[in-house]
Amino acid sequence: MTDSMTIDAIESAGAASVPPPVALAGVSKRFGATQALLDVSLALLPGEIHALVGENGAGKSTVVKVLAGIHQPDSGAVVLDGKTVTLHGPAHARSLGIAVVHQEPRLFPDLTVAENVFIGHVPSGRLGSVNWREMRRSADRIFESLSVHIDSSAVVRGLSMADQQLIEIAKALSIDARVLVLDEPTASLSAHEVVRLFEIIRQTRDRGVAVLFVSHRLEEVFELCGRATVLRDGRHVITAPTSELTAADLVRHMVGRSVSLFPRTTAHIGDVLLEVRGLTRVGAFRDISFSVRAGEIVGLAGLVGAGRTEVARVLFGLDRADAGEVLLDGKRVTFKTPSGALEAGIAYVPEDRHLDGLVGGFSIAQNVTLPIIPRLFPRFFIRGGRERAITEDFVERLRIRSTGVNELIEALSGGNQQKVVIAKWLATNPRVLILDEPTRGVDIGAKVEVHRIISELAASGLGIVLISSELPEVLAMSDRIIVLHEGRMSAEIPRAEASEERVMFAATGQMAEETSSGA
Amino acid sequence: MTQDLRTGSPQPDSSPAPIEASTGAAGRSGSVMNRVLGSLSAAARLEVFLIIILAFLVWWGAQLSPFFLTGSNFGFSIQAVMEISIMALAMTPIIITGEIDLSVESMVGLSSCVLGWLWMEGVPLQLGIPIVLLVGLLGGLFNGFVVTRWALPSLVVTLGTLALFRGLAHVVLGSTVVTNFPAEFRDFGFSYVPGTNIPWTLLAFLILAAVCCAVIHLTWIGRQVFAVGKNKDAARYSGVRVGTLKLALFAVSGLVAAFAGVILTSRTSTANPDNGLNMTLAVVTIAVLGGVDINGGKGTIPGVILAVFILATLKSALTQAGISTDYQNVAVGLLLIVSVITPLLARQFRILADRIRLGRWRHRLRRGRPARDPAAGEVVR
Repeated sequence: MTDSMTIDAIESAGAASVPPPVALAGVSKRFGATQALLDVSLALLPGEIHALVGENGAGKSTVVKVLAGIHQPDSGAVVLDGKTVTLHGPAHARSLGIAVVHQEPRLFPDLTVAENVFIGHVPSGRLGSVNWREMRRSADRIFESLSVHIDSSAVVRGLSMADQQLIEIAKALSIDARVLVLDEPTASLSAHEVVRLFEIIRQTRDRGVAVLFVSHRLEEVFELCGRATVLRDGRHVITAPTSELTAADLVRHMVGRSVSLFPRTTAHIGDVLLEVRGLTRVGAFRDISFSVRAGEIVGLAGLVGAGRTEVARVLFGLDRADAGEVLLDGKRVTFKTPSGALEAGIAYVPEDRHLDGLVGGFSIAQNVTLPIIPRLFPRFFIRGGRERAITEDFVERLRIRSTGVNELIEALSGGNQQKVVIAKWLATNPRVLILDEPTRGVDIGAKVEVHRIISELAASGLGIVLISSELPEVLAMSDRIIVLHEGRMSAEIPRAEASEERVMFAATGQMAEETSSGA
Repeated sequence: MTQDLRTGSPQPDSSPAPIEASTGAAGRSGSVMNRVLGSLSAAARLEVFLIIILAFLVWWGAQLSPFFLTGSNFGFSIQAVMEISIMALAMTPIIITGEIDLSVESMVGLSSCVLGWLWMEGVPLQLGIPIVLLVGLLGGLFNGFVVTRWALPSLVVTLGTLALFRGLAHVVLGSTVVTNFPAEFRDFGFSYVPGTNIPWTLLAFLILAAVCCAVIHLTWIGRQVFAVGKNKDAARYSGVRVGTLKLALFAVSGLVAAFAGVILTSRTSTANPDNGLNMTLAVVTIAVLGGVDINGGKGTIPGVILAVFILATLKSALTQAGISTDYQNVAVGLLLIVSVITPLLARQFRILADRIRLGRWRHRLRRGRPARDPAAGEVVR
């Protein structure tokens, strides 16, 4: 038990002084095979800005969603002013004074600013009609108190991301929130806008509101926050005043692991298969250059939203690049559709296997052969025997556990489903395989299996691009690691020099200058 | 290939998946056996259900009139639905991919008018019919192009061309009605295979149905159609050219609608801008009654063929019962709604039954589980 605070501690603290306006007491939350939160306790004090940091998948968003009333904890509770409450939904949480600003502004683009601020609690006049003037005036008052200038009668569509973010905050404050939760509010803001936002957050704090500031930008944590809590793998690691922490401490707490589970046989590294030069897609990533050799695994690391999947989508012909070029075997290629990429020998195992990887209602065999059926049966008619034989071969090679290749895909476990996705792409006989989060949501045993498969594929001469948010996975599997930070390459680290700290620093943009000059 | 079909019969045991999920590895081999049997019987059950309805309608019709069971009534009744039936064959894969083509009835009118106009202008039918089919193909390509190029909902696009094609039909022929077609042409739509009560058009339908059945259920084109309907994104990621596929399906639908227009012109010996009016409703009804899921992803050609016979029998029986054409349209509309709703109700019923059986104790199980699950916590790191 790593937590310093339990229900008892919170309650006794409450008995001693003023109880915290909001606290989590031993909250656990599980989604299928993933333990999102395990016994997490956290107390927010009035008039403090409390940072919540952690890697991708550490459980930050789950904490936000529990506080917002979107998820109900499996065990443990939300404690308001020392009293345990059950939040029935976002509206209920709001009515109890918990205001949440989500990462992406969720405004109604065709309504006015004032309507958005007061959506859900519109000031009404006689006979329940909307009191438009009162609504505009109240909105103006809030913006005035934040000393920002937004026309409350303007329509939201067309306003900048920063303004939309400010409207979200105004919306939060319009309910006289006692607790303000900000989930990575700076993700889409420019430096200048961040300064303005921070000023507003500080003003809010000074009014006695407890602020939870979720971020993975460490410099912001130190600039803005009084205390910080680190989550790792759904568990509470430490809560401490930021004055007693260094950036290095935080990073260490965020990654602090040492177990290597992944068998990696080093392969013979051959010629360059895929080369990317100055690849740019406006709004997603800029000036990405790297190469992948036969037998090599290149890790693509970075935080969520750093642009890793976006790069893969361009390579696979799902999106177009605005600038730069892609070379396959030294020849320049552009793909308009995934079918073009598949023909050229690039396969992409997508991030979300349910949405993009598998066809529900199809059998294992039907899924595995889907990308190759036109090639497999040039005379149009499907021969079931051949289809089954090919699938059985992959089922055996990848050790997919099923009762037969005609079993429906839904009947398999997550790990076996993921293996079917991989089998499906291997069936296309690719030369470059891009794997996007290949072990997300699979259990530990299947994870090791997937790693074994990836390692064997590299050994057989495939060039592999491995996108993963799990640092240990990237470190253990990759021959080279490319780190992206906000759409740009912040480091290229060879296997020998890679460490979790170094990758994390580059991913959070901490040592971008130093690492890029070193590489 | 067994497609998991919507079943028309509301039996609670037809969705075994949720129950098995909870039984876990222990009951695995048995449960899979059940599932295989289940999906086979689910496929069979819909068709069996349709056959039962058909048998009932035949019995009912026979009660109404001694004339009902005669060969000539069969030929006459089936001939009356051949245009819509042929169009339903082309509509089926479109609905399976999650799209729809509402414009087919107007293409019937347009092709009929173009044929009449060409005949009036002295173009021989040997040349006129291929031109008309080309017009249909182009119209279908236009639908498909607009839908796929700008990713627009086909419901709206084909609603537009529904008006567009009908308007063009009026432009082509104005207020003229062409009726002076040669007898050989009329024979195709109007007469029977010599010595039988089988209309030539039924023969054409059966040949098209066989081709359609083979393409949809036995070739990879059909496999891609189902893949697109079940998961468009996964299909695209798998290299299926979703746009091209849909374009081709709309083109075929236009072509087939033009062919239906030729048949109708032949059967009625009339080229009239109002030919084919209100046929789309019947076309969609046949597809949906035949088990094609209006949300895409599911359907069979044998089911659609059975639905054709059901519709023909129903219309004939209603005629025998002395019910006017207006009321027959009411019946067709109701049939469409019932066939859309029945599988939904059946599913709701199954979910409800499962919930009653499982929901409560499973919920209790979840609550009773210890909050801290050591296996999950420790193994990960």
